[in-house]
Amino acid sequence: MSQIPSDLKYLTSHEWLRVESDGTAFVGITEHAQEAMGDLVFIETPEVGSTVTAGEEAGVVESVKAASDIYAPVSGEVVAINEELEDTPEAVNNDAYGDGWMFQIKMSDPAELESAELLSADQYAEKIAEEE
Amino acid sequence: MANKTVLFDKHVEAGAKMVDFGGWDMPINYGSQIEEHHIIRKDAGVFDVSHMTVVDVTGDDAQAYLQTLLANDVARLKDIGKALYSGMLKDDGGVIDDLIAYRMDGWFRLVVNCSTREKDLAWMQQQTEGFSVEVTERPEFAMVAVQGPNAREKVAELLGGEQAELIRGLKIFQGKPANDWFIARTGYTGEDGLEIILPNDAAPGFWQQLVDAGVVPCGLGARDTLRLEAGMNLYGSDMDESISPLAAGMGWTIAWEPSDRNFIGRQALEAQKAAGDQPKLVGLVLETRGVLRGHQKVVAEDGSEGEITSGTFSPTLGYSIALARVPKSTGDTANVEIRGKLHPVKVVRPPFVRNGERVYK
Repeated sequence: MSQIPSDLKYLTSHEWLRVESDGTAFVGITEHAQEAMGDLVFIETPEVGSTVTAGEEAGVVESVKAASDIYAPVSGEVVAINEELEDTPEAVNNDAYGDGWMFQIKMSDPAELESAELLSADQYAEKIAEEE
Repeated sequence: MANKTVLFDKHVEAGAKMVDFGGWDMPINYGSQIEEHHIIRKDAGVFDVSHMTVVDVTGDDAQAYLQTLLANDVARLKDIGKALYSGMLKDDGGVIDDLIAYRMDGWFRLVVNCSTREKDLAWMQQQTEGFSVEVTERPEFAMVAVQGPNAREKVAELLGGEQAELIRGLKIFQGKPANDWFIARTGYTGEDGLEIILPNDAAPGFWQQLVDAGVVPCGLGARDTLRLEAGMNLYGSDMDESISPLAAGMGWTIAWEPSDRNFIGRQALEAQKAAGDQPKLVGLVLETRGVLRGHQKVVAEDGSEGEITSGTFSPTLGYSIALARVPKSTGDTANVEIRGKLHPVKVVRPPFVRNGERVYK
């Protein structure tokens, strides 16, 4: 069973979202997603200053096996990207919820956090169990 | 229920991620596919390839039969243990399978793919008509591939005695029987190494000895990136029954001489060669970010189109490489469509990597 921290929110497409007290939101992919994809080799994050929309594609992760879209869990402006991942994409494999964060969003609509699309850790765990 | 090799428990014990591979439960990796890849390029690793099918061809007409069955000519194998790579073709030239044939003492041993096992055996059986020959599958054997620059020496030290001497004396693409084992200096990685066919009941013990001697278990994921770097075809991806060997970079495996050797598919291939209209299999290199994948569209400079047959990230080079079937007119550059966008790529002659080093120009 892969690790699913209880303080994060999740999309069924295997992204996680962590909201800081100042309202910025960190986005990455889950432990389960990195395990399924295998060694990551390239990560295409959105550009700083660009706008992302909840539920829409914001980037791409490529592993030795396959390419997979990253969807934005919430809408807003991209205020930072994890530049370390350009040279060390394996950080996502090694620490999906920490060093493997991909980008930060300044949320334009905090009400989206109540959306049914955002799963709790328990709901996400159930969803993974169903897949297997 | 998927088939399991006799090494299944060893893989699970080592924490392998198991996947279905042509009806077999096989390890895709034991943690990191990329680390396993580097181990093979730099040191020594071991693959379980017991899913591959070992077939022995015996009888008075064994050689004559194989000279009809295969596009390459087993008469070229002068010494016992020497091996050759060949396509087994249909009448229309399409590739039924690719295989390795070893000359033994008065008979031949073939190693064919696992995903094609049933159709291969049926086809081989069907072609025996008129020949005094027996085609026998040998499921009682397991097979391991120990690959990497230090692979041969590590196995030699481990086995010691006569077997060590045998291993140190093997030439490239040569195999030799050692009691009921068969040890060959062949592989599918572009590195030096051995492929060892041994009785099922001896395999788990030998595997453990290898691991104890520091040879690292490697999964089929690394095997795929290694073979692609080495520019070696994968059946079902780079060629199949609808593809001529001439369109799969296998022209060198067709023995046209002697011209009266009437192997299956010869007439079709001669017509294709005369027409000169077959596409070609080339290597592609994307030195910027992004990963080439099978089935992506390739657009040549003149606008004609081809397709990637195998693509991956090359752990040795640090960027993506691919094999692609493209029109004959394709030059030194082309574009590949990745998620709707065209990316310029270099068109090169495979292999990409041999013995740990970049070799393409």
